[in-house]
Order: sequence, then C-alpha cells, then structure tokens
Amino acid sequence: MKKVFPMEELDCANCAAKIEAAIGKLEGVESANVNFMTQKLTLVASDDLFDSILEQAKRIVKKIEPDCAILT
Amino acid sequence: MTKKQKKQLYRIIAAAALLAAGLLIGMGLPASSRTAASWRWAASTALYLAAYIAVGGSVLLKAASNIRRGHIFDENFLMAIATAGAICLGEYREGVAVMLFYQVGALFESVAVGRSRRSIADLMDIRPDHANIMVDGLWIEADPEEVPVGAEILVKPGERVPLDGTVSGGQSSLDVSSLTGEPKPRAVSAGSLVYSGCVNLDGAITVRVDKAYGQSTAARILDLVENAGAKKASMESFITRFARYYTPAVVACAACLAVLPPLLLPGAVFGDWVYRALTFLVISCPCALVISIPLSFFGGLGGASGRGVLVKGGNYLEALARAEIVVFDKTGTLTKGSFDVSEIAPIGLSEPELLELAALAECYSAHPIARSLREAHGKAPDTARVGEVRERAGFGVEAAIDGEAVYVGSKAFIEEKSGVAPGADMPDAAVHLARGNRYLGYIVVADQIKESAGAAIAGLKALGIKKTVMLTGDSGEAGGRVAARLGVDEVYAGLLPADKVDKVEGLMKEKSAKGKLVFVGDGVNDAPALARSDVGVAMGALGSEAAVEAADVVIMDDDPLRLVAAVKGAAGTVAIARQNTAFALGVKGLILLLGALGFAGMWAAVFADVGVAVLAVANAMRALR
Repeated sequence: MKKVFPMEELDCANCAAKIEAAIGKLEGVESANVNFMTQKLTLVASDDLFDSILEQAKRIVKKIEPDCAILT
Repeated sequence: MTKKQKKQLYRIIAAAALLAAGLLIGMGLPASSRTAASWRWAASTALYLAAYIAVGGSVLLKAASNIRRGHIFDENFLMAIATAGAICLGEYREGVAVMLFYQVGALFESVAVGRSRRSIADLMDIRPDHANIMVDGLWIEADPEEVPVGAEILVKPGERVPLDGTVSGGQSSLDVSSLTGEPKPRAVSAGSLVYSGCVNLDGAITVRVDKAYGQSTAARILDLVENAGAKKASMESFITRFARYYTPAVVACAACLAVLPPLLLPGAVFGDWVYRALTFLVISCPCALVISIPLSFFGGLGGASGRGVLVKGGNYLEALARAEIVVFDKTGTLTKGSFDVSEIAPIGLSEPELLELAALAECYSAHPIARSLREAHGKAPDTARVGEVRERAGFGVEAAIDGEAVYVGSKAFIEEKSGVAPGADMPDAAVHLARGNRYLGYIVVADQIKESAGAAIAGLKALGIKKTVMLTGDSGEAGGRVAARLGVDEVYAGLLPADKVDKVEGLMKEKSAKGKLVFVGDGVNDAPALARSDVGVAMGALGSEAAVEAADVVIMDDDPLRLVAAVKGAAGTVAIARQNTAFALGVKGLILLLGALGFAGMWAAVFADVGVAVLAVANAMRALR
C-alpha cells in the first residue's frame, strides 16, 4: 500500500533526510520518502503492518524533530 | 512570517539589545576605581549571559532533549557545545555573537525556504475551489469532487474551470497558461473540450462534465506534481549520504584538534586549541549542504512546470541535462498528425479541377486522406455527378464521375485499373489520379510538419545534443522528406510499433556511458518505447491519461520547442545544484583549514554554515526561472 501524508513544521533538510532513513529501516517498509520541499511523507509498506508502521514513523519524527509531525 | 519565526525574531532582537548593552558597559570609559571595574565586569557578563539564554535557550533545550534520545551529532548539540565552550574559555562576547548569528541565519533560512515553498505552490495553484451546478433552477456552488459526470456546470468569467468537459453553451476565451505555459488565450465555443485548471476570461459558458474530479486534468497534474519529489536526483542522495559521514568525521577531527597539539607541540596553549576545535564543531553542521541540493531540484521542477513541462522527479532533470540522443516519433510530435494537401501536380487540367475530381471520387470514403482531400476542396461535393463507387481498402477508389471511370489511389492501383503507368519519377507517397486510360497527375497528402519542429531540432543541436533521430511508420520517402526538412540526423521509416522499441534499444548502445537517450512520443502507441528509454517524454498530453502515466516528462501542449526549454532548464538546474554543492563544500573546507591553522574564528565558521545556506537557497531560487 502506498500512502502520502502531509507533514508540518519540517524545518531542517538534514532532519528530513534522517527521518527518511530511519523510517526506511522499519520492518515491513518497502520505501519511505520525505520530501523536504513539499513537506510530504510517501510511505510504501505492507498492508497488514501499515498502521503499526505509521505509529512507529510518528514516534521517529517526534524523536528527531520534536516540532514536526505527520498529519493523518 | 509564521508565529514561530516571529517569536524567533523577537528573541534575536532582545538578545542583540542585551549584547549591545553589555558591550557598552564593558567597554565604557576607564573605570575610576577597582570596585567600579569589577562591578562593571559583573554587569556586562550578566548581560552577555542573559543575551545568550535569550537567543540560544531553545537550542540548549533541544540539544539536551536530543542527547537524552541519543542523537549526539545534532546541529543544536554542536552549536550548544561550541558556544558554551567559548563562554567557558572566557570569550563571552564571541559565544553570544556566534549563537546570535546562527539564529539569524536559521531564521533567514526558514523564511527563504517558506518563501520558495510558497512561490512554487503558487505556480502550481490550479486547484479549482468550486463548481456551479444547477439546483432547483438556481446556480449554486458545489465541491468539484461531488459533481457527477454528465452534469452541467456554469463557469463564470474569472473562475477556474473545475472539471474536464465539453462546452454546451456560450463562448469565451480561456487562459491555459497554468496548464501549458502557453500565454495565448484559447477561444472556446459550444462543442470545444475544456480542461480543468484553465481560467475563464471573458464570457460565461456552460460545460457538460466529461470526467469526475479525480480523473480531471487539474487533479491529475496536482497529483503528478506532488509526487514529483519522490524520485530523487542522484546528487540529492549523494549529499544526504555525505552528510551522514561528514558530521561525525569533523567532530572527530575537532576532538583530536583539542587534545593532540597541546600534548605534542611544545608551547601550545590548551585554550587556543580548544577554541579551534570549537570552531570545527560550528563548521560540522550539515544543514547548509543538505538544504541546497533538494531546493535547487525542486526549483527546477517548479520552473519547468511553469513552462508547461511536468517532470516526474529530480532524477529525470539530471537525465535530461545529460541527453545525448533524442529520438522522436514522427506523427504527433514533429508533425501535427493530421493530413493536409501539400502539393497538387495536375497533367493537362488545372489544380482545382484535379482536386475536385479527387474529392468527388472520395466523397463517401471515411479514410483520413479522403477527408483531407474533401477539406482541401472546400466545397460540398456535388454527389449528383458521382455514380457507382467502389473502394478497395488500402489501394484506392474507382468511381464513375459524369459517366466516366475515375481512378484515385496508389501507383499500382492506377496501373492496374487504367492501364497507364505513372512515371517512375512520380512520388510513391501520393494519391494518383486517372480518368479512363489517361493519367491526370497526383496530389501529395502529407502530415503537416509543426511550425516550430525545425527550430526545436536546431535548438537541441545548439544545446549540444549529439544526435537526433526520427522514427516513423510511414514510407521511407515521406519520412525522409520530413527528416530532411527538419534537419534530423537519422531516420528509420516503415516501422511497426514493436520495431520502435528495437530501434530505441539499438540506439541506447550508441550513447556514451553517462549520456542519456530521450524518447519523445505522443503517448498513443509508443508506451513501450517511452518506458525503455532513459527519459520518456510525452507530448500534447493535455487530456491524455495514458501518456501522463507512461512518461517521465510530460509536455502539456504539443509544441516541440518546449522540449528545448525543458532540456535547457534541466541543464540550468543541474548547474545550480553543482554550484551549490561546490560552494558549500568549498567554503566549509576552506574554513576548516583556516580554523585548524588558527586564522578563522567562530565568526567565519558561522558564516560558513548559515551564510552558505542562505546564499545557496537564493541561488537555488534561480532554478525557478
């Protein structure tokens, strides 16, 4: 399943890269892409794990950039 | 400015005021007594510290919370250590000033990024906000997503066309520039197709909806643009990978710099080297590097879409910039794909007479060539003059006109029917005519070459494209003529759709290792070739879903010159990204060297970080144009 999520307060390009790398390493994730300019996360992951992956992704974002959030 | 940015600005102003006050007190007139001097020192130090907390408090807090989470090479942490270190060394003013500069730079960067995000968003602002539908005899505003196919909508002057459809009443002109980049308004009247995203200029029109919102042009383009960044350019991935190693490496160097020279060099002062190490920490922040590249490519994508060219990712901009071979499918890209009479060569009668005979003979045929003959004739054929008509598909027509047998068709058909052979010097790719057993001449019906096609080929050559190739299903003669007129280097004619893929594969082997092959088609039956090439460009894609799906680059209207603009823009974008990389790395490297030798202080280091970022952002915005 592929879904695109808008993000807010994504202010630092390096953090975007870090978030992308960290989400990409989660189990069940086929590809994760954080677009710094459009502030969007494109997540391709297996269907049955998707919800838990999204939860983990949100935690990763909070950890790396406390101001930033994935909007769902 | 956002709320957050404003808050940051106030903090900066407050800190600057505190710093200035501290400087005034600390550097005032010589103190009259020792107690006055120490009082003054204490006051200015307190002011410096207050300024530091005011401007750097958020950085310190973030650094602390990030350490707890295990992110040590975080920018905030690096800045906190560097400035706090300076303060511990007694360099109060410097510590405060560096933090102040860092925050000013960060604010600049944030504003610049926000601005470029907005300007690109504006450029792509084709989202229609409402559709006027008729309910109980009144026009009311509705969400375009809720309007069903087949409904009738009203588009008032100044409004955006919300859904793709056919004009059912009224006439107007539409501004299509946001879709195609074409500045000339397009006139529409009943029966014309209109695309969502255009702006209605003059008159109110009613439109029968052909496509639901999700399938409409505006929605598809927005979707494409929003997903464009997902395919990153190789330079982008390189720089993020580089940053992952750069920061730890520089921090490690800083650690060595602080410890080793004082131990090894005789007479080295520990404080000096710690200061140099702190300078290193400031330079080790990776953001300036990381921000400039995606911003350049994003600007490039935005700029291209402003010119009516949608590029599906930064990687395709890179590939376009390296284009070496450009392969065109003839019909629909270099030619209009509609047939027109281009030459009438009668023997023994006038041109209009020959054309009239052809039009009469072909008056019942549905073949595109027959249609274009009738159109060229211009008048409704007098069917009373036409007797029995027999058509042999693919060869020609035999018709009784004014009681005489007239043959219209290929050379072979004429020879077989009338018994006279058109001369060998007569063109093969033409419609030949004979009456009874007399050869009357021929009419050349050809696909019209687009006005700008020649200029486009020349433009590509001027941009350094090594080879242009034309593929066509037409006969060699017709293809050769078009190729010669346009100045295309190579032409392969008589190809079936499957052969086109083979040709593309063959040509792929001819390019150099880094060169790219661009295939330009109209997306109708060349999807395999679009997919096989390095960059597949679909032209005239307005309203063609299949083409938008299959291609990597979508040219919204059918002007081949836009390809030249796209290649030029791509080259410009890559150049800007390169400049930014070289500039950021160069300045950082230089300051590292000078810092290690003790010639560059923290001031220079802060410039290397945020100054470079701001300049790179400004440079990247050039890619928009």
